[in-house]
Amino acid sequence: MEEKTKRTVVIPGEVLAKGEDYLPGEGTEKIGKEIIAIKYGLSEEANKLVKVIPLSGVYQPRKGNIIIGKVENITFYGWAIDIDSAEGAFLPLQEIPGYVDKDGLREIFDIGEMVVAKILDVNGRGIDLTTKSRGLGRIDEGLIVKVNSSKVPRIIGKEGSMISLIKEGSGCEVTVGQNGLIWIKGDKVEDELLAKGAINFITEKSFSSGLTGEVEEWFKKEKGGNK
Amino acid sequence: MAKDFKRPDGRGVEDIRPMKAEVGVVPNADGSAMFSFGNTIAIAAVYGPKKMHPQHQQDPKKGTLRCNYNMISFSVTDRIRPGPSRRSTEISKITEWALEPVLMIKNYQNMVIDVHINIIQADASTRCAGINAAALALAHAGIPMRDIVSSVSIGKLDKQLVVDVDKDEEDWEEGEGATDIPITMTSSERLTHIQLDGKISNDELKQVLELAKKATKKVYEVQKKALKESLEVKE
Amino acid sequence: METPNSTGDRIAQYLKDGKRFDGRKPGEFREIFVETGVSKKAEGSARVRIGKTEVIVGVKMDVGAPYPDSPNKGNLMVTSELLPLSSSRFESGPPKFPAIELGRLVDRGIREGKFVDFKKLCIKEGEKVWTVFVDIYTINHDGNLLDAAAIGALVALKTAKIPKYDGETGKVIYGEYGDEMMPVSKEIPIVTTVHRIGDSILVDPTLEEEDISEARVTIGGSCEGKVFSMQKGDSGDLSIEEMHKILELSENVRKEVFSKIDKFFK
Repeated sequence: MEEKTKRTVVIPGEVLAKGEDYLPGEGTEKIGKEIIAIKYGLSEEANKLVKVIPLSGVYQPRKGNIIIGKVENITFYGWAIDIDSAEGAFLPLQEIPGYVDKDGLREIFDIGEMVVAKILDVNGRGIDLTTKSRGLGRIDEGLIVKVNSSKVPRIIGKEGSMISLIKEGSGCEVTVGQNGLIWIKGDKVEDELLAKGAINFITEKSFSSGLTGEVEEWFKKEKGGNK
Repeated sequence: MAKDFKRPDGRGVEDIRPMKAEVGVVPNADGSAMFSFGNTIAIAAVYGPKKMHPQHQQDPKKGTLRCNYNMISFSVTDRIRPGPSRRSTEISKITEWALEPVLMIKNYQNMVIDVHINIIQADASTRCAGINAAALALAHAGIPMRDIVSSVSIGKLDKQLVVDVDKDEEDWEEGEGATDIPITMTSSERLTHIQLDGKISNDELKQVLELAKKATKKVYEVQKKALKESLEVKE
Repeated sequence: METPNSTGDRIAQYLKDGKRFDGRKPGEFREIFVETGVSKKAEGSARVRIGKTEVIVGVKMDVGAPYPDSPNKGNLMVTSELLPLSSSRFESGPPKFPAIELGRLVDRGIREGKFVDFKKLCIKEGEKVWTVFVDIYTINHDGNLLDAAAIGALVALKTAKIPKYDGETGKVIYGEYGDEMMPVSKEIPIVTTVHRIGDSILVDPTLEEEDISEARVTIGGSCEGKVFSMQKGDSGDLSIEEMHKILELSENVRKEVFSKIDKFFK
């Protein structure tokens, strides 16, 4: 069962709650005795905590996030990676599993190639990445789909329920980057497009509850129609 | 004030032309919006926040808002040559100043938020329509803001104060002629932009501010509706 | 972000089977939506949407001196701006090559297709003629801006009214019009672009497809099978067989595109 919470669309400056009983959460600020929205999105209140779930905005990198990025450049010390955020990221040589030949950087990750990586650190100088874990590394083949990073929680779903449904329904491997880039790999392009279609369906409807049921229906309809 | 004053298009003195607003008009952008006052149509698109280039323009203390106001060549009767002018450069800066007080972009050090504003069709008050569209586009892009700003021009035609000046009124020549006063305010009635061209007394200007307070509230309602209606919440 | 290599490979792979991600056939256009009167201040204007791609085109007129080599003909000036508003890939500043090319290709489609009868735009031979400005602006870039712009230019010109001109003062009275419309021909020169990706030939690419296109040929021609203007773009090459295919596809596509906009030319 999905949690039933009352959600309403709010705009910046809108008063969400008054009085000392409420606590300002993400996307809000307390001004005097009022809690106001500082972002456009959906307001939510649970246990006197008021917050705004944004539906847009550029990805904010966080330590520990799994992301998908594109190799932009190769330097003497590693790879410059575009992770579709305000700032570029860097994957240093020493964050590659195994021995690295300094003359063979191109063979590991070439320009234009996509990689799955983890954010090691976000600091004043930039964003550092690593691929030293299982499941990280180069993307050899498959589709890359881009969604707004604010939609990622919906695509993953409660305890990964939605992403399991997409994998099952399409028969594809699906890796979701927190930055909104998603890697789909299947046996046939058709399967990959099916997964892509489901993801698009979810992003368009990302604020309705009971979404899992709708996605199940969607898969049924799509598969029925294609045969 | 003369009660029988007739505006060229027959509007009441405090009537704003029909307003339209819509967000999401440029799918590519991080946020976008259209805003119109009658025949004046502005569209705005936001890209960012992103790293500021060139590097020497980076501000290590806070994020930078960069507005770029531009009139389409065929938005006016006399074709405008493409490219920036002194006028558009000034309006771009004025627009930044009108928006900055509500933006909470301190944490976006060394970054820039680009706002591109294009006037598709001009019938005066283009900077006001541009600011209204830009405010919507910034909210739509998920930029943190403590409020929305709303802009409208107040005019004085001869001795009569009017709200939302159109081109015929801007060119008013009878009596004391035309005075144009574009004003931008937050929904909590703080002034973020005011300009004036013409001739007017201090007492009249105080009335102008009262009119602007009322009129920007009407603009705000249109902006609010556009943002709220672009999202359909299914329960 | 430009289309990732792996996605590009999938697009090419799927095209080999004659299929595209959005379900279209290689020779098929997306939905075309055309609206006129985008700016009342223009003599004529149009908004064209092809899928998510959107451009607006306006026609303005002014009176000036003719070129010495065509003393009895009006002038044509086509410019285009790839607005930074329409894509993160476009930057402010002086026009770069893609914007210039877009204007040039649309210009030649109109000029060589003899769409406007410039002799009728002569006011006094050797002294005063009309200059027709066609200005193109991009609103959203999702591939194939060129064909969208070319359609917009045709419709904006077709619907353009000629403003009044005061012969004594030598000034155009903007905003006032008589019955005179832009003199355009019955034969409509449609400009479309055919792309090659791998061994596949296709039209109306989305941005993803355009990113991996290796070569393209822009052809202006009539629905009756005549070709008026042509230019190959991008650094890939083409075989003679491919060129044959491109010519045939292009002719069919001109008919398809025209059928979608013919209501403006009745």
